[in-house]
Amino acid sequence: MFYREAGAFKTNYAADMALYPLPITRWAVVATAVLFIVIAPMFFGEYVVSLLNLILIAVVGALGLNILVGYSGQISIGHGAFMSVGAYTAAHLVVALHLPFWVTIPAGGIMAALVGLVVGIPSLRVKGIYLCISTLAAQLIIEWTINHVQWISGGVQASIQIPRPSVFGVALVHERQIYLFLLAFAIIAIVATQNLVRSRIGRAFIAIRDQDIAAEIIGINIFRYKLYAFAISSFYAGVAGALESYYLGIANYEQFQIDVSIDYLAMVIIGGLGSVLGSVFGAVFVTLLPVVTRIVLDSAGRVFFSYSDLLSLVPNLRLVMFGGLIIFFLVVEPDGLNRLWGNIRNYFRMWPFSY
Amino acid sequence: MTSLSRTWLGLAAGATLLALAGTASAQQKEIVIGDQCDRTGPTQIVGTTLCPAMQDYYKLVNFQGGLDGWKIRGDEIDNQYKVPQGIEAYERQKQMGVVMMTLYGTPQTVALNERLEQDHMPTTSPGFGISAAADGTRYPYLFPIAATYWSQAAGAVKFAKDKLGGSLKGKKIAYVYYDNPAGKEPIVILDALQKIEGFQMRTFAVPPPGVELGAQILDITQRFHPDFVIAHLFGRSPSVLIKGLRGAGYPLSHVVGLVWASAEADIAAAGGWGVAEGYNTMQFAGAGDNYPVRQAIKAMYKKEGQNPPDTMKNTVIYNRGVFQAAIQIEAIKNALKISGGKKPTGEQVKAGLEQIHNFTLGGLVPPLQITAADHEGGGWVRIFQVHGGKFVPATGWYRAYRDVVEHAVKTAE
Repeated sequence: MFYREAGAFKTNYAADMALYPLPITRWAVVATAVLFIVIAPMFFGEYVVSLLNLILIAVVGALGLNILVGYSGQISIGHGAFMSVGAYTAAHLVVALHLPFWVTIPAGGIMAALVGLVVGIPSLRVKGIYLCISTLAAQLIIEWTINHVQWISGGVQASIQIPRPSVFGVALVHERQIYLFLLAFAIIAIVATQNLVRSRIGRAFIAIRDQDIAAEIIGINIFRYKLYAFAISSFYAGVAGALESYYLGIANYEQFQIDVSIDYLAMVIIGGLGSVLGSVFGAVFVTLLPVVTRIVLDSAGRVFFSYSDLLSLVPNLRLVMFGGLIIFFLVVEPDGLNRLWGNIRNYFRMWPFSY
Repeated sequence: MTSLSRTWLGLAAGATLLALAGTASAQQKEIVIGDQCDRTGPTQIVGTTLCPAMQDYYKLVNFQGGLDGWKIRGDEIDNQYKVPQGIEAYERQKQMGVVMMTLYGTPQTVALNERLEQDHMPTTSPGFGISAAADGTRYPYLFPIAATYWSQAAGAVKFAKDKLGGSLKGKKIAYVYYDNPAGKEPIVILDALQKIEGFQMRTFAVPPPGVELGAQILDITQRFHPDFVIAHLFGRSPSVLIKGLRGAGYPLSHVVGLVWASAEADIAAAGGWGVAEGYNTMQFAGAGDNYPVRQAIKAMYKKEGQNPPDTMKNTVIYNRGVFQAAIQIEAIKNALKISGGKKPTGEQVKAGLEQIHNFTLGGLVPPLQITAADHEGGGWVRIFQVHGGKFVPATGWYRAYRDVVEHAVKTAE
């Protein structure tokens, strides 16, 4: 009823190339932006905003991994390690050279991209699950290096404290301030990815993912584009890692271990491989699911159990529910939450006149 | 409406109803403490005993009438040893209005450090976090309370010295450590003491997950021939070391394990008390069953017609939980005096923590003296030796080389 595709006429090439060609989509994007930029920080409590902050960092990281896994078809479980590269690079630049965040965060991304380029080299020869193992090696090697090379880790503790970022001389200390800061990066990341995947590079990625031999035959330099995929994906990871260190005020490699890589992989698979919106859904889902299941179990369980029994029950039950819900969603919609959202949207597209 | 969407609606409605039912529980005058725990993550072997012990102590306090009319409630959130979940737990408990917190896990403590100061949230991190946090002037809201790794290393060297006849000159000490930041932390103290005491130290790194120590054990027993072994291991690895050294014929009475290599579970995993006979364990809370507070908890369960929980059999970790909770309660007791019976603020609980001394809980808690400058409370440790199927005290509460440790705390970056 509301979603009208008819009647939107394009009269020039620019309109045809626009990111959001339909007026309804443009308005929906504007409304979402207003909701998150203006309304969310005004009305949500500090706790909810802190959850949003964790989600925003995860969105940036998940977008990066989705470019690699979802669009280019190269599986990686070294994402956490690339985040730590970005985190330590940014931390060193802040502490040693007192550089502002708009230098250190891209620098963290570039450093992670360079490391990603090296890690991506085996991708020309090894594919699928084998590539997965070689990225696992990268994860372990980077962890080991940070742990053992003191000029990277900044001492035995392997943690570098960094001051909060400041914008126009105002240090961002409160959750709401840092929320807007993180939101800006998340928006840039989302829009950049949306544009990237419909560019020449993005289409090359998709061609390689779908059939790499065919892609090579139509003239795509596979080696170059696979390395691009690794570099771009690692760049996002590095930025996400730097953002997380700014958010926490510390860079510490123990925050970016293998379980983090697996969490990100879960995000892109649950959200939907090869979709921008899916990365966002996945980040929201994986960050919020443990919280929501705990809150529901906590309050519902109090009716049936004593508090001390509940305390040992809830964490275990939560893991069961977490796994169960992931299976449930993947069975209901193997293409991830993004497809589920697409189905809901299609249902309402002609509503109430669908047949 | 299709059947699928009807199922969805039903699920959502059911969840909402259940959530509403839970929040309607009665409210009374209570002070809430925020605890983080790991009952399901990589360190669950500690968490599943430690956290119930804390809850048992709160229960005991309430059972004995509470504090000045206040009931104590420990809100616990399982962080699965993950950092984002630790942050979420912190923000949630902060929103709940907890008066103080206890964190779980070194990465989580490090990540939350800056917030504590910003939110004026007095927080204990016994056995977690960084050693330099003992300096209360630099970390005003973080209280390690238990002996830090630096104090533990100093204590281990002192123990070795006493055991080897009062001098370490020309002796050889092997330091076996888990290859992560926590494992490497004591090396700076051991290095300094090496120069002062004139012993020769060699380090043996155990890469995670530390289930295979064959090479290190051969290296120690066949090549280095140390007079004493200091082990700083976590998880499964302490038991592998105990078993391995025993198999190689090295006397376990010349081995001391720092605090995370020191529980009943490690002895059991090594093959039982017989295998570990002679092994020395370092503790920051008393081990064993022989403390009045444990009897009081048992009596409380008996009065309620229940058996004492099985977790109590794991005395080392259980007693640490009691120790953590007891320090919290003592701090709140002090804070209530300052606030005149009103719900204390963060500053008042901090002041309450900084007044703790002469509080030993019948020997379970070391003779801590926490001050505004020393949030570690002195760095007390005690050695318990495995002997005849239980932990037997080998020393009293002691601390060692305070000048070296304090110098390290002061000059830490």
